[in-house]
Amino acid sequence: MPVAARFKSKNSSRRRSEPELIFGDLWEFDPAPESADPKLLRRYQLFIGGKFVAPKSRNYFPTISPGTGKPLAEIALASPADVDAAYAAAAKAFPAWSKLPGAERGKYLYRLARLLQDRAREFAVAETMDGGKPIKESRDFDVPVAAAHFFYHGGWADKLAYAFPGATPQPHGVVGQVIPWNFPLLMLAWKIAPALATGNTVVLKPAETTSITALKFAEIVQEAGLPPGVVNIVTGAGETGAAVVNHPNAAKVAFTGSTDVGKLIMRSTAGTGKKLTLELGGKAANIVFEDAPLDQAVEGIVNGIFFNQGHVCCAGSRLLVQESIAEAVLKRLKNRVSVLRVGNPLDKNTDIGAINSKEQLDKIAGLVKAGRAEGAEMFQPKCTLPRNGWYFRPTLFSGVEQSHRIAREEIFGPVLSILTFRTQSEAVEKANNTAYGLSAGVWTEKGSRILKMSTELKAGVVWANTYNKFDPASPFGGYKESGFGREGGKHGLHDYVKLT
Amino acid sequence: MPRLTISKTPKCYVGGKFIRSESARTFPLNAASGEFFAHVPQCTRKDVRNAVEVAAKAGGGWAGRSAYNRGQILYRLAEMLEPRSAELVDALKLGGATPSEAKAEVTATIDRIVHYAGWTDKYEQLLGSVNPVASPHFNFTVTEPMGVIGVVAPDESPLLGLLTCILPAITAGNSVVVITSESAPYPAIALGEMLATSDLPGGVVNLLTGFRKEMVPTFATHEHIRGIGGVVSADERKTLETGGVESMKRVKIFNAADAIDWRAGDGPKASLYAIADFLEYKTTWHPVGA
Repeated sequence: MPVAARFKSKNSSRRRSEPELIFGDLWEFDPAPESADPKLLRRYQLFIGGKFVAPKSRNYFPTISPGTGKPLAEIALASPADVDAAYAAAAKAFPAWSKLPGAERGKYLYRLARLLQDRAREFAVAETMDGGKPIKESRDFDVPVAAAHFFYHGGWADKLAYAFPGATPQPHGVVGQVIPWNFPLLMLAWKIAPALATGNTVVLKPAETTSITALKFAEIVQEAGLPPGVVNIVTGAGETGAAVVNHPNAAKVAFTGSTDVGKLIMRSTAGTGKKLTLELGGKAANIVFEDAPLDQAVEGIVNGIFFNQGHVCCAGSRLLVQESIAEAVLKRLKNRVSVLRVGNPLDKNTDIGAINSKEQLDKIAGLVKAGRAEGAEMFQPKCTLPRNGWYFRPTLFSGVEQSHRIAREEIFGPVLSILTFRTQSEAVEKANNTAYGLSAGVWTEKGSRILKMSTELKAGVVWANTYNKFDPASPFGGYKESGFGREGGKHGLHDYVKLT
Repeated sequence: MPRLTISKTPKCYVGGKFIRSESARTFPLNAASGEFFAHVPQCTRKDVRNAVEVAAKAGGGWAGRSAYNRGQILYRLAEMLEPRSAELVDALKLGGATPSEAKAEVTATIDRIVHYAGWTDKYEQLLGSVNPVASPHFNFTVTEPMGVIGVVAPDESPLLGLLTCILPAITAGNSVVVITSESAPYPAIALGEMLATSDLPGGVVNLLTGFRKEMVPTFATHEHIRGIGGVVSADERKTLETGGVESMKRVKIFNAADAIDWRAGDGPKASLYAIADFLEYKTTWHPVGA
């Protein structure tokens, strides 16, 4: 019985702070692993022209489960020759696919959505095992939202003329797409759904650490009876990605990933006439005003930075708190972070799963070290981490200066940098003081302030009294060095058509 | 005795003022007949940087005006051109246009200004959206101007091509720095004098005459130029797209080799989407509830 909960109260002389429940270790959580079968294969092949084919090089690479550090399966390594074959298949499929009546194309997309829903749990487990994200996220967010993207775009396929008044939309042709490891299946959906709805065919490369759900999706493409070559999936690392991006038959290239790689792609496509959209990094400000609903804001801050271990391009990694409430917010945050459950991604109670790779873990650790060296004050809860696999404690840095690396560079991990501000204009200035411009958060009970802030923030997405919300109908994409183009909504379609 | 006429010293319209190049350089401009006409400023990369600075200062005020007001100001620009048509026709003839070609280009230009004047308070209704998300949020997407846009005007159609490239960008609330036609710079000089008497705030349109090869590389790399429009050669495209990588510019340019018919319709692209080229989309999730 948890009767030993202590009530603490301080500062009763001025304003009585709220009593705070501290349960300590009174409750132990039993393990609650998700046990659905992910139906993994020992070895995955490339998906080209509607068939699973062995790579010409006969080379395979292991994909490691970050939750355990153990190999899960072998993935085919696509060479430029394989990428070439994928483009040939996509080019062959394009004429018939693009001429198919929109309503018929749409029906294929609806099928993909339904088949994905049918196999949702299996996909969620596979996603969590391969990528390290908590099962509650892959189950309740990644997979259902991916299915929703196909469903949404299925409906656009025969209504494109309504989206572009005064112009005739035409597909580009074969689209080369390269996606990241943080939302493997969802990013695939964001890329493939609008491309197919508008009549393009695709060659897609998933990230090398998270290929499995893309190849399971290829099974669904077969189940849906999609014409061979409309969707081709090639796996591998940077060299394969370069072959996809630089292929002469790519009429358009769509990339989601880091700003550094985005710039490489801009450079390599410069002067080629290829259409390009980039969804890149961020260093989003999550701004909390003194009139914010505080409990809700604390939950939002936690969701903003610890969702998916902070492996989110739009993560609210810079918390800007109004000075008058900074102390109270920090205290609540410390309490909240102390009860986050870090561990086995497959456990249904896990809040923070595994860091996607050893490489990423080292990068996070390096930036945290820099944060301490530059004089910011660090807080980490004393949770125990699993012995195997790659994990990082949720980390708060207070007293962060704008010049600190942890306030400027994208950490892509569960690390929050906290800065303060006095006035609204100071908040805007600090929020916009970055090369990025993907997203921002605003917490206040005042509607007019939300709209004013939204007008002044240089960011493609502004969340008010919420954070990290996504919807197929809501355009997503950045300003400045966070890239260009939008994904989702009417605006996302524009980047997959040429208007004549 | 015949009266000696007063010939004009061509100056560039930048920041609402008439300037010479900071370098004090000029290049001679001959009439189509081969006869000397005037010395035109040969602007430099330093002139580009100065122009970007004034464009950036003017941009906020222009973008902040009401859409209705921007529409009236653009319409006023057409009012300034109409009575000076003859001067513009002469400026085009200087570059070799026949009288009928020149007249047609001037009238098409004025009509295009009126066309865009009507867009200022409408494009938002077509390009923005309210998005039906599956959560209790009022989710909407609005447009915002990018800021300073660099325009490389086409060499041919030195008036209509120039304005067809400028108008969508300023309609959207951007300010522009323009490299005018290299072979026929004079219509841009005349246009500057008309812009000065319109109500368009100084610095919103800045016209630089000179050589593209001297200014295009600075367009490509200048951090504060957020987008690039206009018509370029294959080499210039490569320069602009490569140079624009670091500041991640939005490059929306046409190929000179494509032989654009500037008089057709709205220009090379339906006008609504030409405006969209220099807009950013911002999506806001506003809570709904008590």
